[in-house]
Amino acid sequence: MSSLGNEQRIIDCDLHNVLPSPATIQPFLPAHWQEYTTQSDLKGPAASFYSSGGPLAMKEMVTPVSGQLPGSNLALMQTQVLDGLGIEIGLLNCAYAVEGVHNPYGAAAFAGAVNDWQVSEWLEKEPRLRGSLVVPSQDIELAVQEINRLGHHPGFVQLFLPVRSRELYGTRRFHPLYRAAVDHNLAICLHFGGEPGAPPSPSGWPSYYIEEYAGMSHIFQSQMISLITEGVFGQFPELRVVLAASGITWLPSLMWRLDKEWKGLRREVPWVKQLPSDYMRDHIRFTLTPFDAPPSAEQLEEILDQMGSDELILFSTDYPHHYFTTVEEALPSGLPVGLKHKILFENANKFYGLDG
Amino acid sequence: MAMTIVEAKASQKTKFAVIDCDIHNAPASAEELRQYLSPRWRRYDETYGARAQYPGAAYPRLHPSAARDDSWPPGGGRPGSDLPFLQAQLLDEWQIEYGVLNPLVGGSGRNNPEYAAALCQAINRWQIESWVEPEPRLRASIVPPSEAGELAAQEIDRCAPDPRFVQILLIARTQELLGRRKYWPMYEAAVRHDLPIGIHFGGQAGWPITGAGWPSFYIEDHVGMPQSFQPQIISMIFEGLFERFPGLKIVLIEGGFAWLAPLMWRMDRSWELMRDEVPHVKRPPSEYVRQNFWITTQPVEEPAQPSQFVELLDQLDMNDRFFFATDYPHWDFDAPDQALPSALPAELQRAILAENARNFYRF
Repeated sequence: MSSLGNEQRIIDCDLHNVLPSPATIQPFLPAHWQEYTTQSDLKGPAASFYSSGGPLAMKEMVTPVSGQLPGSNLALMQTQVLDGLGIEIGLLNCAYAVEGVHNPYGAAAFAGAVNDWQVSEWLEKEPRLRGSLVVPSQDIELAVQEINRLGHHPGFVQLFLPVRSRELYGTRRFHPLYRAAVDHNLAICLHFGGEPGAPPSPSGWPSYYIEEYAGMSHIFQSQMISLITEGVFGQFPELRVVLAASGITWLPSLMWRLDKEWKGLRREVPWVKQLPSDYMRDHIRFTLTPFDAPPSAEQLEEILDQMGSDELILFSTDYPHHYFTTVEEALPSGLPVGLKHKILFENANKFYGLDG
Repeated sequence: MAMTIVEAKASQKTKFAVIDCDIHNAPASAEELRQYLSPRWRRYDETYGARAQYPGAAYPRLHPSAARDDSWPPGGGRPGSDLPFLQAQLLDEWQIEYGVLNPLVGGSGRNNPEYAAALCQAINRWQIESWVEPEPRLRASIVPPSEAGELAAQEIDRCAPDPRFVQILLIARTQELLGRRKYWPMYEAAVRHDLPIGIHFGGQAGWPITGAGWPSFYIEDHVGMPQSFQPQIISMIFEGLFERFPGLKIVLIEGGFAWLAPLMWRMDRSWELMRDEVPHVKRPPSEYVRQNFWITTQPVEEPAQPSQFVELLDQLDMNDRFFFATDYPHWDFDAPDQALPSALPAELQRAILAENARNFYRF
């Protein structure tokens, strides 16, 4: 922290609040679902899409007490991140995989309960935190109902959507969700992971978790292609999208490819009225961690320059999937000082409108 | 006349020799291939064969046959189906020294493995008899029934003794990820004959064509090809393919390449974090990329600034691994004298246009 100075304001755009156990949401469920989850095997989403035993950096450090899940303890998050790193505002991304629940009514009940739990156990207890609304995206009507129920709450700043979805987010079925998000001044956060029940590649399922992990970036890329070519930003000019834990250094390659192809094929998608890379710079932001940095500072500088904007990156720790003892540790080495300040505070503040 | 052209190494338009590593020839009609099938498979092909392989998976092209408007042969037939016209419009026009044929006629991925094997054998015989035999500048790619590893190995063993086959052709979207065990017998055969595996743009394998479902438009299918190549590279590396088959050579054809350096950085970091899951992967993934992979240029990357193309090549550090390709007769054809940025040093242009491929393929 020292080299940044104490006056440096910081917004952390990717913190994970984790449900201590499926039973935690019991008191927040309607009576029918309290009874049903008690008597049946349906307790909520199946196991997390994260690998069961880690591999988290310094896992023992972020585990509150033996047996408790990393990210499930507010006090530890306060100590390690908010106080420890001097975070002014922290955005919670509750990666509760409600999209994996096939029963749409159950999914809606679970999403609602998790959101009420987020309000009472996190947002109301810690004013530095903001939340992401969990929505049952497998049923757009029910998802919109959840936004209408709770989207006005000042603690929620965005919708949480897993990047792995059953259908691409640009497709028409999701448009009512974007209308509701824009109406409630909520951004859309596409986050690493998801349990859609379909394979994570056009060639089926990989053998290893490391493949799913490394391959998540190309799913983010497919979602960006979808959002842009299907005309979402033309229809919803105020829509703001954040890609969280996506990796960032692939962005120039996608800008170039999509711009080039648009010149050849735009006749098919006349609603795409400007260069795809312009839509990206206008509407899409990226959380910092993991960054997937190139091996040299010179290449880092090239990649940042190729993005064509210094407003695209928002600081994040991805706690507890990553654990940093200083803010500097979380920043790629060799960042220009001016950009560092924009990443740490200004970009997120402008994008979310956090300090009014 | 033809002899003069073959001997003239340098194309007048480019000042350097040109080798085209991605040319698409096609049969003029289904009948043209059927004559290479046995009576049993000919009957099968007529009765059951010609149907949508995965109904509902198609993205009809914006340009008919995905072809250049001027590539339809004046005498009729599909683009790429008329040898004299292809000779005139491509080989003579650009004074191409060698051309590698990659016929995209759908043999390899047929669901019925015996039918796929029969079809592939027909395609491979047709390539030699109708194309490579009459035109010595052309070379063929072995089309294997790739979804059945043993049958694929048999077809490779059958074709490989003919030196006019210079590689084995796969399509990017396969039924399983290419690192998986069912494909290993095919790789054993490739290494046995020291033939590279070319993985070409395209395909449909019955899965949604993204990791998050079906897109709505052809542009998404077309622009989304790097997202089909990336999981294949991830799979081949993390399955330990290049420890098991150190001599295996992979050519990425028509997949672009700007995404490859960032993918290396991501794979290297993932490996540092999780290498205990894949102890068979002994080295940083980027080392396998730079040791076992080669790349064709078309569709050439077009960064916002020409200087960024140079940055991209520096990041990749694979200059001796690029092969020029036109993708004739497709609409996004790269012309030999226009595709590469003029900012590239002459020596590098020379290497990419022909010399890298000359040192790599058995022409």
